[in-house]
Amino acid sequence: MTLKDAEVGSTVVVTRIEGDGAYKRRIMDMGITKGSEIYIRKVAPLGDPVEITVRGYELSVRKNDAECVQVK
Amino acid sequence: MAVKIALAGNPNCGKTTMFNALTGANQYVGNWPGVTVEKKEGKVKSRKGKEEVIVTDLPGIYSLSPYTLEEVVSRDYLLNEDPDVIIDLVDATNIERNLYLTTQLIETGIPVVIALNMSDLLAKNNIKIDVKRLSMLIGCPIIETSALKGTGLNEVIDEAVKVAKKSEHKLPGEIFEEDIEKAVSDVQGMLPDSISENKKRWYAVKLLERDSKVKENKKFPHAVLNQAETEAKELEKVHDDDMESIITDGRYNYIQKLVASTVKKAKGQLTVSDKIDRIVTNRILGIPIFLIVMAVVYYISVTTIGTIVTDWTNDVFVVAIQDAVSSGLGAIGAGDLVTGLVVDGIIGGVGAVLGFVPQMAILFLFLSLLEDCGYMVRIAFVMDRIFRHFGLSGKSFIPLLISSGCGIPGIMASKTIEQDNDRRLTIMTATFIPCGAKLPVIALMGGVMASYATGSYVAGGFVAPLMYFIGILAVLVSAIILKKTKPFSGKPAPFVMELPQYHIPSAKTVLMHVWERLKGFIIKAGTILFLACVVMWFLGGFGFADGGFGMVEDSNNSLLAVIGGVIAPLFAPLGFGEWQPVAASLSGFTAKEAIVSTMGVLANVAGDTEDAVNVAQGVAAWFPTTIAAFSFLLFNLLDSPCLAAIATMAQQMQSRKWFWFAIAFQNIFAYLVCLSVYQIGSFVMGGAFGIGTAAGFIVAIIFLVLLFRPDPYKNQKVYTKTSVQAAR
Repeated sequence: MTLKDAEVGSTVVVTRIEGDGAYKRRIMDMGITKGSEIYIRKVAPLGDPVEITVRGYELSVRKNDAECVQVK
Repeated sequence: MAVKIALAGNPNCGKTTMFNALTGANQYVGNWPGVTVEKKEGKVKSRKGKEEVIVTDLPGIYSLSPYTLEEVVSRDYLLNEDPDVIIDLVDATNIERNLYLTTQLIETGIPVVIALNMSDLLAKNNIKIDVKRLSMLIGCPIIETSALKGTGLNEVIDEAVKVAKKSEHKLPGEIFEEDIEKAVSDVQGMLPDSISENKKRWYAVKLLERDSKVKENKKFPHAVLNQAETEAKELEKVHDDDMESIITDGRYNYIQKLVASTVKKAKGQLTVSDKIDRIVTNRILGIPIFLIVMAVVYYISVTTIGTIVTDWTNDVFVVAIQDAVSSGLGAIGAGDLVTGLVVDGIIGGVGAVLGFVPQMAILFLFLSLLEDCGYMVRIAFVMDRIFRHFGLSGKSFIPLLISSGCGIPGIMASKTIEQDNDRRLTIMTATFIPCGAKLPVIALMGGVMASYATGSYVAGGFVAPLMYFIGILAVLVSAIILKKTKPFSGKPAPFVMELPQYHIPSAKTVLMHVWERLKGFIIKAGTILFLACVVMWFLGGFGFADGGFGMVEDSNNSLLAVIGGVIAPLFAPLGFGEWQPVAASLSGFTAKEAIVSTMGVLANVAGDTEDAVNVAQGVAAWFPTTIAAFSFLLFNLLDSPCLAAIATMAQQMQSRKWFWFAIAFQNIFAYLVCLSVYQIGSFVMGGAFGIGTAAGFIVAIIFLVLLFRPDPYKNQKVYTKTSVQAAR
């Protein structure tokens, strides 16, 4: 499953991050790393982006980018 | 000798507040060598009798990766300029992610002092941090501070100075798992002695990460590079990931361990911020709330209080100054020429523009409040979906919003957009949104248009909203067309945006924001507009008459008439080929609302030349049809903004090439849109088919093709360049 498919209100654990270089690094720099817990807080009024809680702070991620994050 | 301190930290951790609190007015702002990222330096105040301390404010960054300009600038500064000590600002309420940068800063080998900022909010958020233990584990002093309240600032500087003066510094410690640390120490051992001992760990880690910037800049012996590559490959096999990710993972794992034993957080409680956020960005209520907030802000700052203060400034304040100066000049025996230049040209012109200052101040007060309390970033969150559709991000929305007040701060607000091409696009199109100064022009031309239908010179109530709508449409159309060209193409970087906690904004910060935005406007009005007003006054009042050059009574003889007459044929296909509207458009470059008074003067309208309805009756004759009047209005809406905004564009583009491209784009876009609107419009209204009509249709077709053609760069793999200056 990817972060994109995770349901609002659920907590997931990151298993793998696809992509490479700047793209992957940017996501990981923000704290989305292997084993980190992500709580899906809510979806924006128009369905995208998603607001998540990771490492105790709030982050907005587009669904497209969330697709690169494998979770369970 | 002065102690050199580098101030580093994440965006939104209060760095700018701390820098301002530390240095007060002793700041100098410049650019980093070779790049256009803002560089701030300042002397620390309140150091009476002690050594001088100079603080350099590094850009707000999340990491020291080699991918964004800000991060590279910060690394280069730390490695090449060798500050004596780094003060690392860590947001105590968001400690895990903040410490991630800390691990990288420590690695540079420069002594680090951590300022645990916002520590006054810890109790409120039910967080307990064992500062002593954390300091011991991480290996650098930690001082609790609150930049906002000004506590702990002297202590942190004293500590930094103390650390800087020590002769011996600890080398950065080990933080990764055993196998990674072994690889690091292997590579470290092979590094040449030209690299100082304290920096060896940094280079070893970077070589293992295959950091492109480090490999480029320093020539390492082949043996070292080969060793690093072998070790990296081995680790990648074991960890089943690429080396950069292994290191990033390693850092966060280390932090997790640190935090587990030193930070206690009460879990599961909804903070006030959470509760607010649940309502404000609610799926159903989010957009209505946004619309209501904006409507209230504009209602107050543009129509009610804003109009009252603007009218007062224009009609009472400026007139009073004009009267006083004119009688003063008369008393000292100045001639009519000088009095005319000073009173009508300069005070009248600059005054008309400065009349907008109170209105803008009110608007900016609201926008700064929204920004500071954390709502603005939620607007970007809510609007992102719409803007992404046109190739922009939610962050482009804020500059457009501010531009509806004035283009200058709007263009300045584009600073926060990370991608270079998105930022340029936003700068180029922000002024398509009608600003406050364009409203009188809309009222005037709306009146002219209405007169053909109703005989009354009062503009219909729908005209202004229609023009806002057209402005937004022009932005989106430009975005779509430009995004399909090479310079603006590129795969977007991931849109990950921090949503900081809501908080009650401090009066000081808000007022500072308002003042910074107003200052830019006032300075430009005082310099560039000052000159522009003098030039316009000269062009409008002087000319050739009765066989000689001098002041002319009849504006038909003025230089402005001559210039307008020369250019006018160019605008005939747009529906306004008379010299007067063309000259009025020219005067719009000093300030858009000058178009109204210029037209009033040129049409010899009796009475108030700033009153739209009054002027509309006099100028209607220049526009044969509704379409012609509309075309004129459209052109003045879309062409380049006033000189003050143009100067801001030049400053924000930071590139002569891009600046001229923007100017050319705005005017050519405006011309072509008006050409096809007027020609096709006239034809549809029953006009004859001529060469102009054909041209209008061809242009319209070209627009449609550019709009709807498939994106040739759709699957591009290259990321767009980013160079952002953090907003706060």
